[in-house]
Amino acid sequence: MRDVNSDSYLVAVRDLVKYFPVYAGVMRRKVADIKAVDKVSFGVRAGETLGLVGESGCGKTTLGRCVLRLYDVTDGKVYFKGQDITSLEGGQLRQIRRDMQLIFQDPYASLDPRMSVGDIIGEPLVVHHLVKGKEYKEQVKELMRMVELEPRMSPRYPHEFSGGQRQRIGIARALATRPKFIVCDEPVSELDVSIQAQIIKLLTKLKEELGLTYLFIAHDLSVVRYISDRVAVMYLGKIVEITDGDELYSNPLHPYTQALLSAVPIPSPEVDRQRTRIILTGDVPSPLFPPAGCRFHTRCRLAEAICRESEPELKDVGSEHWVACHLV
Amino acid sequence: MGKVTRMKSVCEGSDGRSSSERVDTLLEVRDLRTYFYVREGELRAVDGLWYTVKKGEFVALVGESACGKSVSALSIMRLIPYPPGIIVGGEIIFAGKDLLKLSEEEMRSIRGNRIAMVFQEPMTSLNPVLTVGRQIAESLELHRGLGRQSALEEAVKLLKQVDIPAAERRVNDYPYQFSGGMQQRIMVAMALSCSPALLIADEPTTSVDVTVQAQLMEMVNNLRAEFGTAVVLITHNLGVVARFADHVNVMYAGRMVESGPTEVIYTQPRHPYTGGLIASVPRLDLPRDRSLHVIPGLPPDLCRLPRNICAFAARCRFVSKKCTEERPELEQVGAKHYVACFRHDEMEMLMGCET
Repeated sequence: MRDVNSDSYLVAVRDLVKYFPVYAGVMRRKVADIKAVDKVSFGVRAGETLGLVGESGCGKTTLGRCVLRLYDVTDGKVYFKGQDITSLEGGQLRQIRRDMQLIFQDPYASLDPRMSVGDIIGEPLVVHHLVKGKEYKEQVKELMRMVELEPRMSPRYPHEFSGGQRQRIGIARALATRPKFIVCDEPVSELDVSIQAQIIKLLTKLKEELGLTYLFIAHDLSVVRYISDRVAVMYLGKIVEITDGDELYSNPLHPYTQALLSAVPIPSPEVDRQRTRIILTGDVPSPLFPPAGCRFHTRCRLAEAICRESEPELKDVGSEHWVACHLV
Repeated sequence: MGKVTRMKSVCEGSDGRSSSERVDTLLEVRDLRTYFYVREGELRAVDGLWYTVKKGEFVALVGESACGKSVSALSIMRLIPYPPGIIVGGEIIFAGKDLLKLSEEEMRSIRGNRIAMVFQEPMTSLNPVLTVGRQIAESLELHRGLGRQSALEEAVKLLKQVDIPAAERRVNDYPYQFSGGMQQRIMVAMALSCSPALLIADEPTTSVDVTVQAQLMEMVNNLRAEFGTAVVLITHNLGVVARFADHVNVMYAGRMVESGPTEVIYTQPRHPYTGGLIASVPRLDLPRDRSLHVIPGLPPDLCRLPRNICAFAARCRFVSKKCTEERPELEQVGAKHYVACFRHDEMEMLMGCET
């Protein structure tokens, strides 16, 4: 997506690259790079939810963190409300971070076990000097009500809560600074089915009430498609397809997307047992040495000579449907 | 890596089995009760569980965390750690014998041989200091009396069967040298090494990606057809169940709440928990604006749960007075279809009204 016009998006990413160096030997010399995210461009419009799916190790979490400037990018630009935030520092960066928050995957590891729930939720308010005196308690109570937690539970500690409730605590904390944009990194993948539905409902409700914009990262396509307006599919550091949720299911164009979709079983025996299944063989190649040409060609059932030689660009095939494949 | 992609259409002929049910029964769990004695008191992880598995059948055991599904599987294998856990009652009849009455030695000859298990975390179930060949060969030497060399050759064959590339070389590798999906395939190879009559797979795909999950489940299903092994799949993934299972058992708070053929469970669930669970999963094939059903509240605390009420009553939309005064038992409501709910007769109407 070369022509991402950063003005029409709340968040825009252009040619983003993030490499993690690998050091080895006695001299700790750099021997290689893990190419976690490699020239990725996309935009998120105000008020929409953009889903980001891919298998583990495809770079989706890294991408989310780069967008929030939790990682410094290797190359490329990230725009927030049209402003380039890639090189912001100090106070300016802190200012922008109020508007961008993160909800973590693991509700067990992401909450400090030695802080009370009230303090966990209220900490961003203190850090950003957003409240004074009595207001603090009121705000924390209000945040807890927003995520449907009992405000009287604020003196308790995280271990006293179940996985679903902890995820609510994480959400309340993310909402404390009244952000406009939230990166949800696998917020429901560790939860049980019935609890997962509760959290999905809550996220949808909050988005409507507060006018939020989400980047929703997950590996579960059904969940991503359910919650997202548009979905981006990632493979080995690249976005291979972006389109709206319904189109993705009815008309997937990239062979990887097709395989991914067919691998997701549908919880209805009548429907699922009629579907054609594409079983991908082998494993995802190492991001240390990604295959030349199209990165998917080693596992693609349609691969041709050109796929081994040149890397396909992400191109618009009509009605906002972007695909990176030579054969489309 | 091969570029070959295997296209498979659905091939499930589920109910073509002979009618002599008694002879066909491989495993019968009767009124199994496994309790744990913890600081908070008596935790009834499994409290009166009944189900049967026929030869070659694919049975799914569905439920959320802490509903007792894993504990019931470990009970079958007699691997409940004591203390704090203990099987306080019931019978587990496997091929005509009550496993709970066997000596530890007799049990060892069944474990890994007649009944095999695949665990959730491949990295923690494989021994990190032994080569995978050694680990697979171990049970072959033990149960099939093979010599060291021939056991290793057999291990190579098994690795090939689960699609490990360059099996001859990789048989000498250690677990950490394999990816998560490959480790799980090695677990499957190990489990099937003695052609068991029953394979218990405890959430085998929870920690792997969907494409790997598809590979793995497809493989288990093919091997099942090849060896005639019955499979008990423990999972909370309702999609995988819909795709592969012949029969579904739904557990809640240590008890079976519904049991029936897969199609029936998905199309006409008679327990509000089953219905709620199915409706709370986002589906790829349905329009996005379909609203998700939400089961309110949390699963009950098994230490405090009173025995004489329906465990689901506190979260149930259709709760009646009787549900909080008595505990419903499993009742037959159709062919091979059992439900533990006082209001199962009205369920079709009640759930119909909601949607």
